[in-house]
Amino acid sequence: MIPLNWYLILSSTLFTIGLVGFIVRKDLIVMLMCLEIMFNAVNISFASFSYYNASLTGQIFVLFSIAVAACETAIGLAIVLALVRNMRINHSDEITNLRG
Amino acid sequence: MDERYYILILLFPLAGFLFNIIVGRFIRPKWTSWVGVMSIFGSAIVSMFAIFDVMSGKTIEYNVYTWILSQDLKINFGYLIDQLTAVMLFVVCFVGWLIHIYSVGYMHGDPGYPRYFAYLNLFVFSMLMLVMGNNLVQLYFGWEAVGLCSYFLIGFWYEKKSAADAGKKAFIVNRVGDFGFALGIFLLFVSVYALNYSEVFHKIPFLQGKTINILGWDVDLITLIALLLFCGAVGKSAQIPLYVWLPDAMEGPTPVSALIHAATMVTAGVFMVARLNPLYGLSDTALAVVGIIGGITSLFAATIGLVQRDMKRIIAYSTISQIGYMFVACGVAAYGAGVFHLYTHAFFKALLFLCAGSVMHAMSGELDIYKMGGLRRKMPVTYITFLIAALTISGVPGLSGFFSKDEILWFAFSSGKPYGKFLWAIGTITATLTAFYTFRILFVAFHGKFRGSVEDFKHVHESPLIMTIPLVVLAIGSVLVGYFSVPHFLEPIVGKVSVMANYAQERFVMIISIIAGISGIMIAWYMYIVKPQLPERLAKTFQGIYKVLWNKYYVDEAYSFLFVKPTIWFADKFIERFTDIRIIEGIVNGIPKLCYNAGLWARRIHKGYLQQYAIFMIIGICIFILILLSR
Repeated sequence: MIPLNWYLILSSTLFTIGLVGFIVRKDLIVMLMCLEIMFNAVNISFASFSYYNASLTGQIFVLFSIAVAACETAIGLAIVLALVRNMRINHSDEITNLRG
Repeated sequence: MDERYYILILLFPLAGFLFNIIVGRFIRPKWTSWVGVMSIFGSAIVSMFAIFDVMSGKTIEYNVYTWILSQDLKINFGYLIDQLTAVMLFVVCFVGWLIHIYSVGYMHGDPGYPRYFAYLNLFVFSMLMLVMGNNLVQLYFGWEAVGLCSYFLIGFWYEKKSAADAGKKAFIVNRVGDFGFALGIFLLFVSVYALNYSEVFHKIPFLQGKTINILGWDVDLITLIALLLFCGAVGKSAQIPLYVWLPDAMEGPTPVSALIHAATMVTAGVFMVARLNPLYGLSDTALAVVGIIGGITSLFAATIGLVQRDMKRIIAYSTISQIGYMFVACGVAAYGAGVFHLYTHAFFKALLFLCAGSVMHAMSGELDIYKMGGLRRKMPVTYITFLIAALTISGVPGLSGFFSKDEILWFAFSSGKPYGKFLWAIGTITATLTAFYTFRILFVAFHGKFRGSVEDFKHVHESPLIMTIPLVVLAIGSVLVGYFSVPHFLEPIVGKVSVMANYAQERFVMIISIIAGISGIMIAWYMYIVKPQLPERLAKTFQGIYKVLWNKYYVDEAYSFLFVKPTIWFADKFIERFTDIRIIEGIVNGIPKLCYNAGLWARRIHKGYLQQYAIFMIIGICIFILILLSR
């Protein structure tokens, strides 16, 4: 049987990859993809804890989180599409209109 | 009449006030004035029933409802109508009513007509509250309310700077006295835990001999309370050193002066001392202070009155002097005589003022008696009523002023107090001076030749009936009211005065006071009718004295130098520059400025870069996790 640690290492590695990608990459679509990676990393840890604790709560949470992530991605994509179409922007550093 | 209905005495003027202040400006001026007059008339009718009840031997005390309730402090809103209140009700309602009627004519055509009657009603309401309350808090309420109304009415023509200033002066000077008055009530309350008159009087004797420590001095408690309360009386009744507001109160309409000087306001102090006579009776020191301040004030004000030229101002100084008389009576524990003089004084002083108003009406506002003369042929009613008032105030036998003044002088002479004879001597001199300056007005303004232009003299006319009828009624009152012996009537309240003299001495005092009055009249007659050049010569010979008197002993200047100027200087240099600009404006403007600067600083980290925000978020979450783990 695969120990819990392995799953957690996988999860945290994926999360770190997502996080670093989110911060470093400037392409909006790539940033959204990085967000998805982070979500799924969290989902892996949820599922693995659920399995090891023999409780279904974690897995149900994963379902919720997938649904929320879907919504979030839909909105994010819509915003990115709107930016690209209207302002020809596909670079995160160019959208600073809301700076203080 | 059921005793519950006597609250109507208070409610009528209050209703009149509310009506005139709210709807007065939308209806015809005629109606507002009659609402004002009729409301006081209503009070007068109801108070008549109350007075008859009291005369049949009843004392009416009725609590309407609990006003304030807080542990030890229980204050009822109620009224107490006994002999003393009955006398005051008579004076306030009837003299007040006549002044209202007179005002209908006098204020005719003034744009502030509804406002005037509203305040006049409020004034009477406040005074009735003051005299009818059965506890010290109601007394204080009325006390402050008459001060407020005097401010409204003295500054009635507020467009005029002098009137607005006089109103402020009256209010501020009164506040000084009222501060002491409030302290007195507080001290009384913490000493006896009661504010209702009957309870207070019941508990007061237990305070005898108790002392209170103030800054290391042991002060007799009763004396201290009595003196603090007397501070209020000094302010309200215009005694030395707080009398300065009363002569300036002339800036208001003349009927207001009549109301302030006769029926309401200035008599409040005398009423208070008489009402609290069980308290004052226990402290010889307080009585001595009351009497001596009264005596000195009466002489002091009378000497100023000798040389003034403004008719209303002379009468105002005469009021101060006469109120001093009343305090002389209170000071020798003859409270009955004091209230008696209050009662007769109300009639002849109201009459003097209303006559002055009538003269002003004819002279289109002129008040300098040296610009008048020979008015008696043109204004016979005013002349005769003024003559009656002047004879009454001079103490000519048979008129009411004689009875009350003689009573006061007699009790001062015979009271056996160490300062009694001194007060009597002052009183007698003052009586001469009073007669002199009153007849000076009469001889200068009504006799001789007119000193103005012929045009002006043609304009002089007798006032309309609505003004002369109150004059006549008051003149009849001035003659007759003295035949009702108030001191005897008040004996159940203030007790009988112990007299230490015999019948021969009583005769002697009476004859001296008659001589004093008559001689004052004779001197005035000699100086202003027989030898009209004499006053000017005297003024030249005694230029120094004349100048001091003409400038009212420079008291206003001294107060201005001692209190007003330093206050303004302090306000200007310290309050405005430091407190106002630095502290208050500093706080008010500083807080927004602080927020603005904090915002300026904070905006620097909001660059609008998405990823930068993400980094901040991550750092934040890391810090949270570290904090959670480290616990």
